[in-house]
Amino acid sequence: METHATRSKTIPTTRFKLALKSLQVFLPVFLMFAKATSAHAADATLDSGDTAWMLISTALVLFMTIPGLALFYGGLVRTKNVLSVLMQCLALTALMSVLWLVFGYSAAFDSTGMEVGKVGLHSFIGGCSKAFLLGITGDTLTGNIPEVLFFAFQMTFAIITPALIVGAFAERMKFSAMLWFSSLWLILVYLPICHMVWGGDGAFFADKGVLDFAGGIVVHITAGIAALVACIVIGPREGYQTTAMIPHNLTMTLTGTGMLWVGWFGFNGGSALAANGDAAMAITVTHLSASAAGLTWMGIEWIIHQKPSALGLATGAVAGLAAVTPASGFIGPIGGLCIGIVSGAVCFLASTSLKRKFGYDDSLDVFGVHGVGGFVGTLLVAVFAAESFGGNQGSLNIGSQFGTQLCAAVVTAVYTGLVSYILLKGIDKTIGLRVTAQDENQGLDLALHEETGYRY
Amino acid sequence: MKKIEAIIKPFRLDAVKDALAEIGVAGMTVSEVKGFGRQKGHTEVYRGSEYQVDFLPKVKLDIAIDDERAAEVVAAITKEAHTGKLGDGKIFVSDLINVIRIRTGEEGPDAL
Repeated sequence: METHATRSKTIPTTRFKLALKSLQVFLPVFLMFAKATSAHAADATLDSGDTAWMLISTALVLFMTIPGLALFYGGLVRTKNVLSVLMQCLALTALMSVLWLVFGYSAAFDSTGMEVGKVGLHSFIGGCSKAFLLGITGDTLTGNIPEVLFFAFQMTFAIITPALIVGAFAERMKFSAMLWFSSLWLILVYLPICHMVWGGDGAFFADKGVLDFAGGIVVHITAGIAALVACIVIGPREGYQTTAMIPHNLTMTLTGTGMLWVGWFGFNGGSALAANGDAAMAITVTHLSASAAGLTWMGIEWIIHQKPSALGLATGAVAGLAAVTPASGFIGPIGGLCIGIVSGAVCFLASTSLKRKFGYDDSLDVFGVHGVGGFVGTLLVAVFAAESFGGNQGSLNIGSQFGTQLCAAVVTAVYTGLVSYILLKGIDKTIGLRVTAQDENQGLDLALHEETGYRY
Repeated sequence: MKKIEAIIKPFRLDAVKDALAEIGVAGMTVSEVKGFGRQKGHTEVYRGSEYQVDFLPKVKLDIAIDDERAAEVVAAITKEAHTGKLGDGKIFVSDLINVIRIRTGEEGPDAL
């Protein structure tokens, strides 16, 4: 069971210490945590309630990628590329799952040789004792859920993260290059960052006290930064800013938005790894942040362009969902509302003014929405996790926590940016990153897959 | 014989079709088309990017009719498709050289 040093285990321990300090004031809170800790101490018993919730959460998060994200992105591209985007999401789902079994899970969550405060190789990457899930059966537990369920739940995160990046280089990257980039990126960026944040005691960021409940750093900052680098390295689409590149089916995009929104309940609620109050609070703040961010984006558009747009409302909601992710298990409803409002406004600026100013073609605004949203949430968790702001992190010091969060976010961004750049350049030099101009004009559906999305 | 091509606003199609059916027009072909005239296009905004959309969706009716009934058909379309705003559309009337009914091989006015 020592290998399961995951969030479920580390977080209550931290809280336990914090609660001790303010025992008199927060006696009821303390009792709650004491109960949670003793439940862990009892160990090795499967909780059917927790297991049921995690089974559902796993399905919900997979549903976010296929078809949620696929539809969200598919609707935003032009008719001639719709299938290529859907296929990229579907192919990544399959490929990342296989990699996750082969060594991904092990590299992210094997905690062999790790102990608190000790910095070594395994502070940055896990071991390989769990490759192919060797030795793990349906009876092996992580906390009080089957380990194979924890494996499957985390697998859905490893699927959606590279799939998010697809939006940045949509409509122009070679399918083979996309597969190579995503695979190498998973190995060199996602796995170490995931391990550093969620690897448990002895993991680099975890030891520093970095708070990332469901993946603001692990998922959204990594995907967002990789997206920014990818769209700059591959260059803008043919005719970018001179020809109209209008989303071909916003009905699809809005359908996908709904699926993402609902699926996010599994993403954030499931990250509690238990069917408890933390999970309930997580889905509630998640929903509130999405609502507040959607309304904020819509409101700003209403003022600037005189019309509220469906795409604006949907994009704002997704920004709110991304931003609340790192904070969702630590904050209260007001925190959710505030993170929503801030991310709605900041992501709007990033996806419109900032993008226009620098002229990069982040085609479906992965950086503007996920990267920036992830940053906003990762920083604001330091504020709203504090008890004085409605959070559950006891006497957390906002100033120092903010510094910790900022450091982790910047280190992750720099590392992700650097590795992504090298990978993209390497692929460009070898098999080539981009389709020919002729193929791009024809559309990737026909040029790369010899199919079309629509026949009418 | 005359061929009447009318470009109208899509939402007036049902009214025009009913009016033509009332005066005994036995058939027509309808297509969804795009184009612009004095109405020009419009702008669309997606995530803050403005796009000028020049071609607006319209409906085109093709009707073949006897010479003597052409004016009546034109009047019915004009009346029902009219809203008084830019973009109501146009009607083109041209001479029709021949019509063939494929099933029977009939030609000319008999095939109408």
